[in-house]
Amino acid sequence: MPSVPSPQSASAVRLEDLEDMARGAAFLGAGGGGDPYLGRLTAQHAIQTYGAPDCISVDDLDDDAPVFLAAMMGAPSVMTEKITGVDEIETALAALEQHLGRKAAAIIPAEIGGINAMLPVAIAAKRGVPLVDADGMGRAFPELQMTTFAVYGVSTSPAAVANEYGEYQIINARNDKRTEDAARQLVIQMGASVGLSCYPMLGSEVKRTSVHGTITLALGIGRAIAQGRKDGDPFDALLAYLRTTDYYSECGVLFSGKIADLERKVEGGFTRGKCVIKNDDDGDDMEVIFQNENLRASVGGKTRCIVPDLIVILDADSAEPITTEGLRYGQRVKVMGVSCAPNMRAPNALQLFGPRAFGLEEEFIPIEQRINGR
Amino acid sequence: MRIGVDVGGTNTDAVLMDGRDVIAFTKTATTEDVRSGVSAAISDILKTAGVGADQINVVMIGTTQFTNAFVERRSLLPVGVIRLSLPAGRGLPPMTDWPEDIRSIVDGACYQAHGGYQYDGSELAPFDEAEIERIAKDISVKKLTTVAISSCFAPLNAEMEKRAAEIVARHNPGVRMTLSSEIGRIGLLARENAAAMNACLADLSVKVVDAFAGALKDLGIKAPFFISQNDGTLMSAQAVARYPVHTFASGPTNSMRGAAFLSGLEDAIVVDIGGTTTDVGVLKNGFPRESTAQVDIGGVRTNFRMPDLYSIGLGGGSLVKDGETVRVGPQSVGYRLTEDARVFGGKELTATDIAVAASGAEIGDPNLVAALDKDFVRKADAEIHAMTDAAIDRMKTSAKKAPVILVGGGAVLIHRDLQSANEVIRPEAAPVANAIGAAIAQVGGEIDRVFNFNEISREDALAEAKSQAARRAIEAGARADDIKIVDIDEIPLAYLAGSVRILVKAVGDLELARGRQ
Repeated sequence: MPSVPSPQSASAVRLEDLEDMARGAAFLGAGGGGDPYLGRLTAQHAIQTYGAPDCISVDDLDDDAPVFLAAMMGAPSVMTEKITGVDEIETALAALEQHLGRKAAAIIPAEIGGINAMLPVAIAAKRGVPLVDADGMGRAFPELQMTTFAVYGVSTSPAAVANEYGEYQIINARNDKRTEDAARQLVIQMGASVGLSCYPMLGSEVKRTSVHGTITLALGIGRAIAQGRKDGDPFDALLAYLRTTDYYSECGVLFSGKIADLERKVEGGFTRGKCVIKNDDDGDDMEVIFQNENLRASVGGKTRCIVPDLIVILDADSAEPITTEGLRYGQRVKVMGVSCAPNMRAPNALQLFGPRAFGLEEEFIPIEQRINGR
Repeated sequence: MRIGVDVGGTNTDAVLMDGRDVIAFTKTATTEDVRSGVSAAISDILKTAGVGADQINVVMIGTTQFTNAFVERRSLLPVGVIRLSLPAGRGLPPMTDWPEDIRSIVDGACYQAHGGYQYDGSELAPFDEAEIERIAKDISVKKLTTVAISSCFAPLNAEMEKRAAEIVARHNPGVRMTLSSEIGRIGLLARENAAAMNACLADLSVKVVDAFAGALKDLGIKAPFFISQNDGTLMSAQAVARYPVHTFASGPTNSMRGAAFLSGLEDAIVVDIGGTTTDVGVLKNGFPRESTAQVDIGGVRTNFRMPDLYSIGLGGGSLVKDGETVRVGPQSVGYRLTEDARVFGGKELTATDIAVAASGAEIGDPNLVAALDKDFVRKADAEIHAMTDAAIDRMKTSAKKAPVILVGGGAVLIHRDLQSANEVIRPEAAPVANAIGAAIAQVGGEIDRVFNFNEISREDALAEAKSQAARRAIEAGARADDIKIVDIDEIPLAYLAGSVRILVKAVGDLELARGRQ
């Protein structure tokens, strides 16, 4: 059963929150999700133009309120040129609304990790509708069907993708994997960076299937790191905060060292690869393998943390989270392992985004069993 | 023979070199007009060496004037920024992420127009001449004298930026133009920011370059002069007048390159100890290791390549305090060292005083620190070495000990071995390492392009990128027989099967800088 944080009344996403929220979103991206910097600026611009959107708890949603996802999909490096944002997502959103014959009463992020945590803030601001304090994974994942929405029975399609020209396509597919395949083909045809809306839901479905409270959590994580920098140790502050949360409370620094080897290649439309981190002692190296997001962290062949638990590589000094694209040979880093939300660990959830969904032939063992059973 | 000059905020240093030999060097004060300070420094070394102006065949200058001006928000012009990317990028207009204090000075007007390219080089939108005409007229109404133009994927194709520049210039005779394609890499916002930063320095850059030219004229030096840029390579004076932004990180780069030259090492740690701070950097193949983080300058995000530096608050002027533990820095007497430090008869106890008491170095009057408690001096001295060790350790990429080159005016602080180093090198000309870095600067060429490995093999793509980079280096004045590829970076573009962004940097010695062979 999903664990639900204490309900809270609506509060606005304020301008001054955005930097902390973006940092928290980068952390929850677990290596993927793209650099939230542009997303943060887009949100900032939208709030300055349209005013701050309310952020409401899932409990404050009407059961029959139509809720729509807002996201971008594509290559982060193309996104940095085209600055894909509000227009593209709004086109997709409007197309899906028209297709379904209902208007969005609230906007929900697909993933709280990375840029897709920030863009919904801008959409909600522009539309003047509230933002739902929840998402579909409490982290970032590389494929459309890898969400708790799908796990708990919401269909990915109908979905809409749109580009900067105002072109859009509606996808109606017989299953979630087919939707993902169709969307990925369209992304490439439509310019490699597109706006997306999918998983159209009602309030009752959001309550039942989402990971609750994740916008608040992203903000809390970002604030903890910022405060820790002022007080002297961002890692202490971050761990202390995570331990107070409902989902991310099982956490620890798994390894500290320097990036000694880095292998990245594009395979099947993803950035796959691995990163080897050496520490200054003569012990075994840590190896982190990734497919957009970090999948498994192991030391001397022994797994220390595995998907869907979060593996986050951070700058050893500032605790700034580093995306897979931002990893560089020679960086000094710390690797953290963090528990994911409980509704992400159910057997049918692990089928969609557990180790085997990424071709890793091993069982999911929760981080708390690994760090406590050392 | 050639001259290297470093024009810093406080000091102007000059060095005279012949081939690989340092003939003379000097340190003087930077002057308000720049010109008289440069002139004084060069005239000093020419006199010392007994060399005539006609014997100089090239002058290389490094300067932090533009960085300082931007950070301190002085001598900046209002800029018109035109971005060609519609229908994309509407959500984030130009200068969205600039701090208000600098935006209020530099933001003359921001425009978004149709145009730009897709990642595969196809047109994002056709160029709209009438639209640019309207913008050009508005710029003329607003009387803006400097304009920055950016476009989507301009590093792949600069054509539309150039066409827009022509139209703007037609309506605004004498307007200064900065094209983003001439400035930076993939990443529109950061590249556009750099272009706008460059544009706002258009007056100052001409003034400073004129001051350099004037100083050489004063001394009757007819040789061409070059200015060193961020990556330790040179650009022509004309190019700096147009693209001052390329000099933003040249200070630390020159100091590290100078250290490499003075020590003869290509791979080492460089510790530059100044009056207030110590910068630690890493030399790889004779060039500074570059920072991987996005760099903010004066609060504005750019995608410049900057040396990866770690700075600590330790310098010759750092205050030393006794207590439960001995503390050194970060407070410092800075440029007042020669008045405030004990060895100079002042009242403050500085790191320099500790170094003199501990090592017997001959600075000021060593007798003035003779009465310091021996145990205290030992502890403070150990702390200074430990702080430096810790900073070096942060920057190393392997646990192995590395050679360490000490440069900068505060290098005397480190008089013992360092635990992190297998060798500590203290070159004689270390105080003017910056000027030497300028004097030995090479010329470079860069390429940053997206290739599709489905259409061209990886080997062919790399070969093409390398030859383009080499060609650019030769166009910039490098000797064609001596081009080295110093950097290759491949970045696969997620979701685009086979598409890889390749960055290559080539460098070579300046044809003009050949000494006696």
